[in-house]
Amino acid sequence: MKRSAPTRLSSVGPLRRAAKVGDAAGAAVQALLKPTKALGFPYRKPSVPKGMIVPPNVSKLGANFETGWARSTPAKAARRMVTNGPMHAFVRAIASPEIVGLDRLADLERMKETPAVIFAPNHHSHVDTPLMITAVPEPWRSNLVIAAAADYFFDKRVKGTLAALTLNAFPIDREVTSRKSSDELRHLVDDGWSLVIFPEGGRSPDGWGQDFKGGAAYLSNRTGAPVIPVFIDGTGSIFGKGMKRPKAGKSKVVFGAPLLPIEDESTRRFNARIEAAVTALGDEALTDYWTARQRAAKGTSPKLTGPEYNGWRRQWALAEHRKLGKAGQRRRQNRRWPDLG
Amino acid sequence: MPRPGFVLEVDRSTPSIMFWRGENFSLEKLPAGRSRVIYPPEPLEAIKDIDGAIRHALLNPHDQDPLPTQLFPGMKLTIAFDDVSLPLPKMRRPDTRQRVIEAVLDLAAAAGVDDVHLIAALGLHRRMHEYELRHALGDRVYDSFHPRGMLYQHDAEDHDNLAIIGTTDHGEVLEINKRAAESDLIIYVNINSVSMDGGWKSITTGLASYRCLSHHHNPETLENTRSLMGHRHQSALHTSVWRMGKVLKDHGPKIFQIETTLNTDMFPAPFDFLSKREWEWTARDRATFLATTKSLNRTPIKLARKIFHNMEGPHQMTSVQAGDTDAVHKITLEKVYEQQLVDVVGQTDILTMGIPYVCPYNPDGVMNPILVMCMGLGYLFNMYRNKPLVREGGVIIMTHPCYRDFNPVHHPSYIDFFEQVLADTTSPAEMSRKWEKQYAEDEWYKHLYRTGNAYHGVHPFYAWYWGAHGLQHAGKVIIVGGDPATVRRLGFTPASTMDDAFEIASDVVGRDATITHLHAPALLVADVQ
Repeated sequence: MKRSAPTRLSSVGPLRRAAKVGDAAGAAVQALLKPTKALGFPYRKPSVPKGMIVPPNVSKLGANFETGWARSTPAKAARRMVTNGPMHAFVRAIASPEIVGLDRLADLERMKETPAVIFAPNHHSHVDTPLMITAVPEPWRSNLVIAAAADYFFDKRVKGTLAALTLNAFPIDREVTSRKSSDELRHLVDDGWSLVIFPEGGRSPDGWGQDFKGGAAYLSNRTGAPVIPVFIDGTGSIFGKGMKRPKAGKSKVVFGAPLLPIEDESTRRFNARIEAAVTALGDEALTDYWTARQRAAKGTSPKLTGPEYNGWRRQWALAEHRKLGKAGQRRRQNRRWPDLG
Repeated sequence: MPRPGFVLEVDRSTPSIMFWRGENFSLEKLPAGRSRVIYPPEPLEAIKDIDGAIRHALLNPHDQDPLPTQLFPGMKLTIAFDDVSLPLPKMRRPDTRQRVIEAVLDLAAAAGVDDVHLIAALGLHRRMHEYELRHALGDRVYDSFHPRGMLYQHDAEDHDNLAIIGTTDHGEVLEINKRAAESDLIIYVNINSVSMDGGWKSITTGLASYRCLSHHHNPETLENTRSLMGHRHQSALHTSVWRMGKVLKDHGPKIFQIETTLNTDMFPAPFDFLSKREWEWTARDRATFLATTKSLNRTPIKLARKIFHNMEGPHQMTSVQAGDTDAVHKITLEKVYEQQLVDVVGQTDILTMGIPYVCPYNPDGVMNPILVMCMGLGYLFNMYRNKPLVREGGVIIMTHPCYRDFNPVHHPSYIDFFEQVLADTTSPAEMSRKWEKQYAEDEWYKHLYRTGNAYHGVHPFYAWYWGAHGLQHAGKVIIVGGDPATVRRLGFTPASTMDDAFEIASDVVGRDATITHLHAPALLVADVQ
């Protein structure tokens, strides 16, 4: 006992000393803060008067991300370098695109003032965006805005800035119909900017297409800009949703004839027409023009959304479907001959 | 508003005038006070909505029911189209044929027509290369029909696949492609660059056999064709063709004719100065001209040819009409004249013309000496209505290098024609009597025509006959800048410069002879009063 008592006393001593130091530091901080406390607003947060409701802070991310600077001349010049250099090389290396149907845009090209248009492609992969940017011909390529999912591309400042600079991406809200987004897109078209809008709203979750949303049809109806239906084949196998890393393959981009809303045509009907046009182009890409026209006339074009049934049979059908397209064409492998001595 | 064509009286203030010289150009000073230059009208405004106009024409044809009502499931439908000889230079994609054929196919698909064949109406021309078919029809149509054997080229020597429709009251046998003859409906898709084409000539030459063509492609008929580009009654060729057309109408399959006309906006920038009036050339145009001519002088001829033949004209459609052949062709002719007609008063003693690098028979090939004659005396001389620009016994002066060069793939029989036939005679009647049969029936030429890309063995004769009227009409033909030995073989007179040519011509037409220059490009038809 005599031996343990001095030990306990010696361990308490430092703790007490530490507590005393802590108290002194706290007192010093309080002493420092005392003058600001005394100063009050605006050095401190204002008090809220009774009965007033403070509106929540508006985030500058997502659909509110400011992208106007990305359409300035210096940003355009920088983007042109990116598009014609690394982006073009990347797309060629990873997707080896075959681009057909540009002759259908010849009438628009030869107009004195080439009109702004809305490209409406199907969507299977992140590769689709750079593929479209490099596939769209001039003069539209230099004035191309990509409608991009606000919640995906603009959720972080750095990501949003990069998307705006390199892709000229413009945030649109996928979840709610935002008048602000549509009004701004309308102004962009009026200012001569062409748009790429993926009417499916996002990448295909299972490899088959999705029903078209009415954004492209609505904007065309409001602005008078023609809609160019586009079918992209093969990118789902290159970097489809759920793939961890891209796998180089072949792709095909088929441009269709410009569509304009018929007089008094509702957005819903026009959207159905755009979807039918992309469906026919899809058939044309996998078969040939005449077969596609015949099937379109009979209303038997294979649907972009795939068969009605679910489960393994749907995936099985997808594999068969892909065999017909670019995904079914393997790149030439370096042939290794056996060493015969 | 495009300006109409006009006749410029040359005075001392007139600048030098541009002449074609094959794959190059030159500026020539024409004598003041006795020369004039005929400038073509400026290109007419093209149709704004071309696809809409085509659809409208198919749904509202002339003197026939709308096309959709003529299409039904189970029918045999044949679509024939003009070959690579039109238009010149080849037009930018999409070609008119592609636009029209796609519009027709849309209607055929909607009507449930499965049995559709597409036939290139070549006549005795060479088979088109794959890239030419793709250019004319577009990749979509080519990839849909060619692999299935539903797109092919007419073969005038495939006797198993030819059918006789009937005989005219002049004893002319109409024999055409069997598939076309047995079809429920033939749709003919035409491009009318010049007024000579179209109408009944489309099918009765494009889908015909040698036997059928020889009824009107002969020296006698072509010497009596007094206005190839003008009034039909002055043309023995067209009179014969129209007789055959009547037989076709009375005894043949139903025909839905689609005719289109183009404006004369023929050369893309930076060569658009070629179509301008010389005094309107800007500093840029002059610099382009100088740079082009100087560099072409130093360019190997094969490369120069490649550059020119790769050019794609910006010409666009000015009209499209469909329906009954006679009714449609009447409108087409009006449209062609609207673009090309220039009023000219009086004939001339000397007619000058620059011969370009291309004529209807050498797209993507060599403009050989026989084609120089054909282009000068067969085409440019005939660009008139009423009476020729040059008086009978006058002089025709052409500018062309006239090299002794042939494309052995496209023109094998032309080589022998030059060496064998022209060495013997330049008289169309005599060569027809002595040599034509031998060339027409030569098995090797037939083989090359049927399986390769060669013009038919008899084609050089036809090219020569095409100039028969000019040959008979002119007192002398001079070629400036041509290879002397080659020019003499053609039966013409060589000259080094234009001044030399005028000097030589003075022996025939005197020292104060009037001179008229036909300015090309673009195309024009002189309405000579």
